[in-house]
Amino acid sequence: MSRGSEKGAPRGNQTLRRIAFGAAGIVLLVVLWELYKALGPASGVVVGDLTILPRTTDLAMPHVWDMVGRLFENSGGGRNAAPVWVDVLQASVFTLGVAAVGWVVGVVVGMLLAVLMQRFRTAESAVLPWIILSQTVPLIAIAPLVRRWGSQLEFGDFTWENWMSVAVIASYLAFFPVSIGALRGLNSPDTIHVELFRSYGVGWWRTLFTLRLPASVPYLLPALRLAAANAVIGTVVAEVSIGLRGGLGRMIIEFAQQASGDPAKTWAPIFGAIAVGLVAAGFIALLGVLLRRYRRGEVPA
Amino acid sequence: MKHSTRLITGVGALAVTALALAGCSSGGSSTDSTDSASGDLTPVTLQLQWFSQAQFAGYYAAVDQGFYEKEGLDVTILEGAADIVPIDVLTGGDADFAISWVPKVLGSIEQGAAVTDIAQIFERSGTTQISMKDAGITSTADLKGKTVGSWGYGNEWELFAGMGKAGVNLSDISLVSQAFDMNGFLAGDIQAAQAMTYNEYAQVLETINPATGELYTPDDLNVIDWNDEGTAMLQDAIWADSDRLASDSAYADTAVKFIKASIEGWAYARDNPEEAAKIVTASGSQLGESHQLWMTNEVNKLIWPSTSGVGTINQDQWDQTVKIAMDTPNETGSTVITSEPPATAFSNEYVEKALAELKDEGVDVMGTDYKPITVTLKEGGN
Repeated sequence: MSRGSEKGAPRGNQTLRRIAFGAAGIVLLVVLWELYKALGPASGVVVGDLTILPRTTDLAMPHVWDMVGRLFENSGGGRNAAPVWVDVLQASVFTLGVAAVGWVVGVVVGMLLAVLMQRFRTAESAVLPWIILSQTVPLIAIAPLVRRWGSQLEFGDFTWENWMSVAVIASYLAFFPVSIGALRGLNSPDTIHVELFRSYGVGWWRTLFTLRLPASVPYLLPALRLAAANAVIGTVVAEVSIGLRGGLGRMIIEFAQQASGDPAKTWAPIFGAIAVGLVAAGFIALLGVLLRRYRRGEVPA
Repeated sequence: MKHSTRLITGVGALAVTALALAGCSSGGSSTDSTDSASGDLTPVTLQLQWFSQAQFAGYYAAVDQGFYEKEGLDVTILEGAADIVPIDVLTGGDADFAISWVPKVLGSIEQGAAVTDIAQIFERSGTTQISMKDAGITSTADLKGKTVGSWGYGNEWELFAGMGKAGVNLSDISLVSQAFDMNGFLAGDIQAAQAMTYNEYAQVLETINPATGELYTPDDLNVIDWNDEGTAMLQDAIWADSDRLASDSAYADTAVKFIKASIEGWAYARDNPEEAAKIVTASGSQLGESHQLWMTNEVNKLIWPSTSGVGTINQDQWDQTVKIAMDTPNETGSTVITSEPPATAFSNEYVEKALAELKDEGVDVMGTDYKPITVTLKEGGN
């Protein structure tokens, strides 16, 4: 409880320092990249037949300023040629939106499964192995299936769109850490607290909402962060897999096809993917601030 | 009570978020359909084998120019992707027609897919094996002892058949798996790389040659063309569901109309390559302007001039494709198919009707006088 008062005064300084460290990290990466490019052998570092460090040619490692500069040049799409960063931004927003839907669905499903498993021991024994097994199925195997099943769904005015398939695949990756983390969290209250509730004759639902859920927050937040990362990755991979138009995944493939003649452009959607990941992580950090009352003794996932 | 109200509010908020997102994204995820979806038109979906690009210029042109609509069809084009198998989509009932290469489909047919090649749009093969002049690979026999690239996944059969014909064993070369781009080739990791005339070959010509500071030119490259080597296999064809063709006469009629309008689209792309390239770019292709035009032009060369009218499946070419598919083993010793495909695997019945109607309407379906245009590629294809 005394943490707040101790760190109250130098907090502003600390924030500045953290920002400075963050920026230094990026600068370090740029310096390393350029240093290796300038000094490394053009044919890469090869041990035996195995290349362990990449070639330093402009084709394999464009200059950082070329990659950034390419963002502000036209994409060369002909029709309404916009600067590359505009295209990348649009694609990033699209991907972020789909990933967000996938994350929400994944979190809801993951929480429901965790509550079910917490409530019934039998459910835990029956469901948990399947949850773990589900993550061993390769994404590229289920992506086309989901698209095809989805396209056969139709009720009333509702038609299944391809982006929903991508969101489903993203949620398929996102629900896993949530269900595992939430289950641990829900089981985390001390026996003495649970027994106190029981001795007061408090029902299971009330125990869930007033004891177990608040206690699960320290376990849940890292799980949500993992879920957000998984949702973004799942979205990009599924976009590649089923060719959904508008997002970063497809842009990565389309630009990669031009990688030989325009190597710097290939990196533009990758920057976009990083930005999407950062926004997703930032959102979870915001969630953590909202839930800070419950964040006691947070454990790393 | 308190909790349940909160829960309902929460669920409501989620639903609103989902709806809002759906609203945002529906613009981006729409498929290409004709604007006028009037009730009189027959809805038709076509599954491509890759993203929208000039390889499919004829279909996009037919949509854009209203050729399908004229035949009473409302055509929706579904793009392909890395893990989409067009024939699976067709047999799954999610598309009415699909575009795919013949050797890739022959394997599916042997495994039980009931599909029919109803129009062989590409008469020639676009697959080549290219190498830098200094590697000295002027014939297939020269591949011996070289690193040879291939994409695999059914793109390797013409190469293997050509090597077999030239007496080069698989053990004589070092076979390298090739990526989407030509970086491996340009870096020298691959001495002879697989390249489609309409795509990867152009990618090389869009790249600066570090030795000269200018773009690479065709003079820098040696090309092994499988059409010349006699091991070409049939590529882009329109596939239909065999069972529906046999049982559903309306579907068979639609097939004829679809082929007819598609061929008209390809004739448009032949006569107006610049406009056709623009139509494809407008459909959402990310390829650069000069690359798109190059692709349109090269694809035209695979179609025109036509030996027996566009779309006709020539028996000799079909037999050659089947023979290679049966007799050429890959690096694991397996072949595409082990026995002759059934008679339903191709049919000229529908394309002949379509060609007859087109000839009556004065559309040139032979392209005897076809002359390709000259396309100047720019750096990066832009």
